[in-house]
Amino acid sequence: MLDTSSDSGPQPGIHQIIAADGTLHADEVLSPFVADVSDEQLVQLYRDMVVIRRIDTEATALQRQGQLALWPPMLGQEASQIGSVRALEEDDFIFPTYRENGVAYCRGADLAGIMSTWRGTANTGWDPHEFNMATPQIIIGAQTLHATGYAMGLTMDGKESLSIAYLGDGATSQGDVHESMVFAASFQAPVIFFCQNNHWAISEPVGLQAHSPIAGRAPGYGIPSLRVDGNDVLAVLAATRWAGARARSGGGPSFIEAVTYRMGAHTTADDPTRYRGVTELEEWGAKDPIARVRALLTARGKLDAGREAEIAGQADAVAAELRAGCINLPDPDPMALFDNVYTGDHAILDRQRDHFARYLAGFAATESATTTLEGSRS
Amino acid sequence: MIEEFRLPDLGEGLTESEIVAWHVAVGDTVALNQVIGEVETAKAVVELPSPFAGTVTAITHEPGTTVEVGEVIIAFEVEGAAGASGPDAEAPQKRVPTLVGYGADPESSSRPARRARAFAGAPATTTTTTVAASAPAGLPAVLPAVLPETPPAPSARVQADRPRSTPPVRKLARDMGINLELLAGSGERGLITRGDVVAFAGDQPHGAGTPVAVPASSVLPARTAGDAAREVRTPIKGVRKFTAAAMVHSAFTAPHVTEFLTVDVTAGMEFLARLRGSRAFADVKLTPLTLAAKAVCIGIARQPSLNSRWDEAAQEIVTMNYVNLGIAAATPRGLIVPNIKDAQALGMHGLAEAIRGLSATARSGKTPPQDLAGGTFSITNIGVFGIDAGTPILNPGEAGILALGAVRNTPWEYQGGIALRQVMTLSLSFDHRLVDGEQGSRFLADVGAVMADPAMALALS
Repeated sequence: MLDTSSDSGPQPGIHQIIAADGTLHADEVLSPFVADVSDEQLVQLYRDMVVIRRIDTEATALQRQGQLALWPPMLGQEASQIGSVRALEEDDFIFPTYRENGVAYCRGADLAGIMSTWRGTANTGWDPHEFNMATPQIIIGAQTLHATGYAMGLTMDGKESLSIAYLGDGATSQGDVHESMVFAASFQAPVIFFCQNNHWAISEPVGLQAHSPIAGRAPGYGIPSLRVDGNDVLAVLAATRWAGARARSGGGPSFIEAVTYRMGAHTTADDPTRYRGVTELEEWGAKDPIARVRALLTARGKLDAGREAEIAGQADAVAAELRAGCINLPDPDPMALFDNVYTGDHAILDRQRDHFARYLAGFAATESATTTLEGSRS
Repeated sequence: MIEEFRLPDLGEGLTESEIVAWHVAVGDTVALNQVIGEVETAKAVVELPSPFAGTVTAITHEPGTTVEVGEVIIAFEVEGAAGASGPDAEAPQKRVPTLVGYGADPESSSRPARRARAFAGAPATTTTTTVAASAPAGLPAVLPAVLPETPPAPSARVQADRPRSTPPVRKLARDMGINLELLAGSGERGLITRGDVVAFAGDQPHGAGTPVAVPASSVLPARTAGDAAREVRTPIKGVRKFTAAAMVHSAFTAPHVTEFLTVDVTAGMEFLARLRGSRAFADVKLTPLTLAAKAVCIGIARQPSLNSRWDEAAQEIVTMNYVNLGIAAATPRGLIVPNIKDAQALGMHGLAEAIRGLSATARSGKTPPQDLAGGTFSITNIGVFGIDAGTPILNPGEAGILALGAVRNTPWEYQGGIALRQVMTLSLSFDHRLVDGEQGSRFLADVGAVMADPAMALALS
C-alpha cells in the first residue's frame, strides 16, 4: 500500500524538546526560548491541553446529539494550539482557521459563544476586538491575507505587536497564502505564519501537495522558517516565541511548520476511514501530545493522582458549562438575518426584508387556521 | 420525565440515516455521552453518544431501518429535569423558526420548513392534529429535493407533477395530513388556496391524511410472529448501486466476446510449489492467481490491443504501455476491483506481495479511491468458489477480463495416455470494438501456455 505519511516519525530536521516518551532533549535553536518555563508552568500547559481536548470531546458529542450543525475536531493538535497561543501577548492579533477553538478558549472567548457559530445561531461567537482574535475563517487560506494586511498596518502605526495567521497544510496550496507571503516579505510585516501540518487536507494526504517539507517553501519568499514537532507543546511554544521575538524587533515575518496529526475527522460530516489506514492512527496515537507531558511531569513528581483528578474535574466542569451554554443558546429572530449586512439603508435589501417578513407572516395565518379547525372538531 | 431523542442531521444537509446497531436495550441505564448505537449516513458510520443520563424506555427503530432526520429513535426516563436539555432549553423563543441545520426540534412545529420542497414523501407519522399538540409530531423533515446525491424518496413521483400552491398552504396541508395531489385548485391557473385545503379537510370523514400514508418502514416488511419475511426489500445504494451501474454501462457499451481454454496446469502448479520452497518467496503467498497475473502481463506485451481503451469522445483508441492489473475482490461491502499499478514491471514476488496488499486492504474496507481508478485489465478468480468457467463482464473502460477457474484433478490426455492431471479453464471476455478474434485467441493461448508451462515465459517475452 501507499505510504502517505512521508514524514511520520521524529526525523532529522524536525525540532523537538519533549520526545514522544516524555524525555527531555535540548534543541540548540529552541531550548533558549523556553529556558524560563518552570515545572509549574508546564503543568499549566498540560492543564490547557486536557481542558481543550475535553471541549473537543463534548462538542463532538453535541453534534452527534443534534445540538451542533457541525464541529471540526482538534483531537491530536492540542500541543500546536496551546503552545502557539500561550506564546502570544494580549495585544497580538490572531487570525484563526475554523479549527482553532482551543485557541479561542484560551483567549477568553465565552464557551457558548464559541458554540454559537457551530450551532448556527450566530455569525460569530465573540467580538474580535475584545479578544484580538478574528472570527473563524472558513475560506481556506484567506486569513493569511488578513493577517498580513493587519501586520503591515501595525508597522505603519509604529506598534510593537504582531499578527499570527493559523493555516493548515492544505492551505499552503492556495494562491492567497502565496500572495500573503510575498507581501509579508516585501513589507517585512510582523506576521507569523503558523502552519499546522496535520497530514490531511480533508482526504488529500500532505505528500500529494508537498513533495518536500512545507517549511522549506518559506525561504523561497525570503521568510525564515522552522519545522517543529507539533505534538510537543514546548517546541511549539519556543518556535512561536522565536517568531514573536523576530516580529517585535523588526525582523519581519516568520513561518512555522508544526508537524502534527489530525486524529479525528476533518469535520463531523467526514468519514476518515474511507481514505486513511488504521496504522496511521496507531502510529500517531503513540506520539500523543498530552501523554508525553504527563509522562514527563509524573517522572518529575509534579503530577500525582490528586492533581490529575483535580485537572480532570476542571475539564469536566468546563464540558458541563459548554453543554449547558450550547443547549440554551437562543435561536435568533429570523429577521435578524438582515442586520449588519450594510451599515445604512439599502434598497435591494429593504425589498428582500419586506418579502421575507410577509413570507413569515404567511405561516402565522396557517397556525390560526389549523387551530380553528381543531377547535371545531373537538 | 421521558426525554425523546430525534435523529439529528449528522452530516451537512442529510435527510436520513440507517440504524446500524444499538448498544443498549430497553431498561438499560446509560450515562451522558455513553455510546448507545451506530448509524450510517450517506457520508459515514458514526457513533451516537447518549444525550441524556437515565434509563432507556423505548427504542423505536430496529437496526437496518432507514430513519428520516427528525424522527424519534430512542427515549429515556431522565431523573427530574436534569436532562441534557433542561426546561430552559425549550422555553425561550420556542415559537421562533430556527435556522439550525436539522429538523429535530419538537417545539417548533410552526416553523417554516424552508428546505421542504415536497410534503408527501415524508412518512406521515401523525395524521391529524399536529400543530398545537405538544405530542411529538414527526416533523416530516427534510426533503428529498435538497441533496442531489440523495436517492429518490418515495415522493419522487409526487414532485414531478406537484400541484401549484404556496409554501404556507403546503405547510397547512402537511400539518393536516392532506395530499395536495388529491385537490383541484380553485385559484388562478389551478393554484391551490388555503380555502381549498380547509374545504377538503371538512369533506374527509376523519379530516385526515390517509392518502399520504407511507409504509412506516420501507426496509423491513411486517413479519408474522416466528416467520421469516416472505420478501426482503433492500435499498439500492453504496457499492451495490455502483456495481450495478458499472455493469449495465459495460454490458450495453462494449460488445463482449467470451472464449474458453482448458489447460493442463500441472507443470505450472509444480513450479509454484518449487517457488514456495525457496527462501526468497518464503514471505509471500503464491497461488494460481499469482502465476496468471504474470502470464497476463506477458500476453499483453504480445497483444497490446487487450490493454487498450476506447475513447469515444476523442474518437481514438488509447493503447497503454503499462498494465494496471485489476484484481476482483469480494468484500463485506460488495465487489470491488482495486488494481496493481504498473504490474508489467513486477516479478512473481512483487505481484504476490501486491495482491496480498490489495486484498487485505479491500477486506478491511480501507481501499483508497486511487487503488480503484485507472485499471487497464482485470482478473477475477472464480476458482476460489469452486467454479470452472463463466462469461465475465468487462470492468468499464477496459478491453479484457480473465476469469480463472478451479484447478481440478482431471483424467487428461498425457504423453499418449490418460493420466490424472491438474486442469483448469480460463475464460476471457474482450471488447470486440478493440480486439478481434485473432488477437483475443492468441492472447488466451499465450496465457494458457505460460500457465501450463511457466518456462514458456522465456520464449514468449
